[in-house]
Amino acid sequence: MAIDSVVELSRLQFAATAMYHFLFVPLTLGMVWLLVIMESVYVMTGKQVYKDMTRFWGKLFGINFALGVTTGITLEFQFGTNWAYYSHYVGDIFGAPLAIEGLMAFFLESTFIGLFFFGWDRLSRQQHLLVTLLMAVGTNLSALWILIANGWMQNPVGAEFSYHTMRMEMTDFWAVVFNPDAQAKFVHTVSAGYVTGAMFVLAVSSWYLLKGRDTEFAKKSFRIAAAFGFASVCSVIVLGDESGYTVGEAQQTKLAAMEAMWHTEPAPASFNLIAWPNEVEMKNDWAVEIPWVMGIIGTRSLDKQIPGIHEIVEKNARRIESGIHAVKALEALRANRNDAAALAKFEAHKADLGFGLLLKKYSADVAQATPQMIALAARDTIPKVAPMFWAFRAMVGLGFWMLALFGAALWFSVKGCFDRRRWLLKAALYSLPAPWLACEVGWFVAEYGRQPWTIYGVLPTHLSVSTLSAQSLYGSLAGFVGFYTVLLIVEVYLMVKFARQGPGSLGTGRYANEAAH
Amino acid sequence: MELIDYPTLKLLWWLLVGVLLVGFAVMDGHDMGVGTLLPFVGRSDIERRVIINTVGPHWDGNQVWFITGGGAIFAAWPLVYATAFSGFYWAMLLVLWALFFRPVGFDYRSKIDNPRWRSTWDWGLFIGGFVPPVVFGIAFGNLLQGVPFRFDANLVSHYEGSFWQLLNPFGLLCGVVSSAMITCHGAVYLAHRTEGVIQARAARAAQACALVTLAAFSVAGLWLARGIDGYVITSALDAAALPDPLAKTVAVVPGAWLANYARTPAAMLVPVAGYLGFVLALLLVRGGRTFAAFWCSALGMAGVIGTAAVSMFPFVMPSSLDPAASLTVWDSVSSHRTLFIMLVATVIFMPIIILYTRWAYSVMRGKVTAAYVKENSHSAY
Ligand code: HDD
Ligand code: HEM
Ligand code: HEM
Repeated sequence: MAIDSVVELSRLQFAATAMYHFLFVPLTLGMVWLLVIMESVYVMTGKQVYKDMTRFWGKLFGINFALGVTTGITLEFQFGTNWAYYSHYVGDIFGAPLAIEGLMAFFLESTFIGLFFFGWDRLSRQQHLLVTLLMAVGTNLSALWILIANGWMQNPVGAEFSYHTMRMEMTDFWAVVFNPDAQAKFVHTVSAGYVTGAMFVLAVSSWYLLKGRDTEFAKKSFRIAAAFGFASVCSVIVLGDESGYTVGEAQQTKLAAMEAMWHTEPAPASFNLIAWPNEVEMKNDWAVEIPWVMGIIGTRSLDKQIPGIHEIVEKNARRIESGIHAVKALEALRANRNDAAALAKFEAHKADLGFGLLLKKYSADVAQATPQMIALAARDTIPKVAPMFWAFRAMVGLGFWMLALFGAALWFSVKGCFDRRRWLLKAALYSLPAPWLACEVGWFVAEYGRQPWTIYGVLPTHLSVSTLSAQSLYGSLAGFVGFYTVLLIVEVYLMVKFARQGPGSLGTGRYANEAAH
Repeated sequence: MELIDYPTLKLLWWLLVGVLLVGFAVMDGHDMGVGTLLPFVGRSDIERRVIINTVGPHWDGNQVWFITGGGAIFAAWPLVYATAFSGFYWAMLLVLWALFFRPVGFDYRSKIDNPRWRSTWDWGLFIGGFVPPVVFGIAFGNLLQGVPFRFDANLVSHYEGSFWQLLNPFGLLCGVVSSAMITCHGAVYLAHRTEGVIQARAARAAQACALVTLAAFSVAGLWLARGIDGYVITSALDAAALPDPLAKTVAVVPGAWLANYARTPAAMLVPVAGYLGFVLALLLVRGGRTFAAFWCSALGMAGVIGTAAVSMFPFVMPSSLDPAASLTVWDSVSSHRTLFIMLVATVIFMPIIILYTRWAYSVMRGKVTAAYVKENSHSAY
């Protein structure tokens, strides 16, 4: 039981720290491009107000960035501190993108953010714009590499288990880099960040317009945010998970859970608009279905089937049985590296090794597993359906809401009368939390939907942890949550303070609420 | 694909991890040293703002040496990453929590004009600068003595010590070495970038810290030679073998940590560089040659860190519980392919990073003064 709680607590700690990190990441990812756009306009037109916009929104960007860094450092080391066996087991593949992220992205963004803030008087306009641009490229490259790492956890391509070293080893670096799962994630996640940045600028500008202050400044900001946000929200929805669906088995399991598809249906499957999933009886108590739609979204065809949960569990039970042979053969090989019979057996069942390891949750000696244990382990391969189903619908719902909002914002910007549409300004202001909510539930779908695996089909979560005591975990979890919560309060306080003060906080003498010298 | 053979790659990665650690000490070290000195050298708000702004544009980029060091150890030495960070769990958390104060401290401190607010963040910056080097020193002190961990048959690591056990006398002494040298380095940097009273105080601090570093380093060296048992691989060594840390036998032998110097006398240059660097830094700071002093204290730190690494070679993390399970340069590494890819990435990106970092420093060069801070009071830290 003690072991169990270490696994649960480690998951909770990872989830909490990652979710804190992702409160700040999307705003960084999106705002940085808005800064690039505003500053480019300044360099091209020489109009002072665009420089002030870059500096004011940049100030808020900086307050957010500080906590992005604070929360990111934890994650970089948490694989070692809390997921030691995971780190050993897949470090040969997983470590590389993390290290490259540091070399290629973090150095870039972090070096140039210093010049962004301190270099205004020391660089020419063009040089400063270049600095801003490099900072933007840095943040986006960082997203690329970390999502390559994360994509590999969903779809572990380009790697193979080695019984000599008892770990996964890289066989094809480019397969890891060009993993379709990672690419789909990258497009969807950075677009989500762009939406977040745009929503932030749109909402704060709307607030100034509602208050009737700094209107020139706010109108220009609003227009840029509306256009950028509309493009981004289209990209989130249209491009986003396009390829994510069809690739990899992890996505099939996830898809079935997200859609509460208990049974394989004759193609093309119908789409459950809403439903009431029943975990115990493994069916939906009721559902509102739209015929054909699921099949078309899921397979982009009319004749391919999408596997349902019952069928996936069935198939996984057989893989677990095969995995038992792999585990047994591996133990024989560890005892005697030259055991040819064991090697042959291992090679034959290697692909299912991870499924065999799932049984370790029920029996230390996998060879002793009973049919009942196999059935339980197979059932474990499906994440809980109801949270997946509803979380996914929340994300999609928020996506369409923001599509409508940005659509209206852009429409009225083009017509030039948005500042008199108070309902629009109010809607923009109150939608401020929407992209953050969508991002957090999005990650929930992606990560919870991968359970019970850390590396899909390769390494079960319950084996991935460090050998720590539950007390240590309680202590560290409380420490992280406490520390981050205090910092979050401080951050929000500063954000609100400077957003309220507005561009006057620059102390230029051109705006309302000038800062005292 | 065998452009470089496996044993050479393993060796190169030992060097590269060393380069990253030294890079971290030189770059992030100087802003941590500045953080440590902040509450003492800066006696008024404006003095403290001057001090903070000497590193304001650079601390974030410098901190990436630490992050990339972590990533590189993950990629090149996954077993070390896994075993060390989970074993030293609370020590690691202490470092992380101390580091939390830096981004927020730098960025938020001067955004609100309230003495309590500002002095709270000043002490936060002190913690963020002071604690990590002390903990790293203590960690090195414990590596040299061996760490109580073992592996089971599936290579799951089990650490059987406690946090308090790390705080043994030799470990603490190494913490003093580490803290003194980092603070010295920060003080030299501060003397270079400021003028007047701040510069004078920083120069005095630099000299004091250089003396402490030299003294503590000497005591630690003697202690290591006389009182601490080293580790030796006793089985035949196949440097090209696939990494398996359980495949060797190891003996614990008094004085073994000096064996590398006896075998390769040129290795003596490494501790000598440690002494030379700090002696020169001390003299140069006295003479007001702060730029040269900065690079001499950098050399000194490379010497001190190098001494620990060379003494232990090929061990990286010796196990006191089960010496045969010790992690070495040969058997705790990634596959040939991963080491090679990471080498290529490092060789491409490291020079680019150094170039643009240099550019960033040159853009911001010159003394930071009270007048500068007042003029830019809405944008400076
Ligand atoms: C999609 C984007 C994304 C995702 C999924 C993650 N991060 Fe992140 N991270 C960023 C995007 C980002 C960023 C945009 O580059 C940040 C956020 C704000 C910032 O300051 O830079 C950042 C900062 C940041 C930093 C500080 C870098 C610095 O000093 O410049 C570290 C060490 C990490 N992250 C590490 C991680 C790890 C180990 C993650 C996985 C578990 C992770 N991040 C998830
Ligand atoms: C920053 C955005 C992210 C968020 C919000 C997030 C969220 C989560 C959540 C909610 C869990 C817990 C799942 C559960 O136990 O039910 C989790 C676990 C985990 N995530 Fe993420 N994640 C993020 C990014 C990443 C990335 C980029 C990686 C890898 C590169 C990663 C690796 C892991 C690992 C190793 C675990 C623990 C094992 C597990 O529970 O499966 N996460 N994450
Ligand atoms: C409206 C249509 C949308 C669809 C069809 C959609 C679909 C998906 C799917 C299927 C996943 C899981 C991917 C995986 O597990 O690999 C996901 C994840 C995610 N979604 Fe969405 N999403 C939509 C809107 C949004 C919006 C509006 C946001 C935020 C502004 C968002 C942010 C995210 C994030 C941050 C993740 C986790 C990262 C990832 O796995 O890509 N999504 N989305």
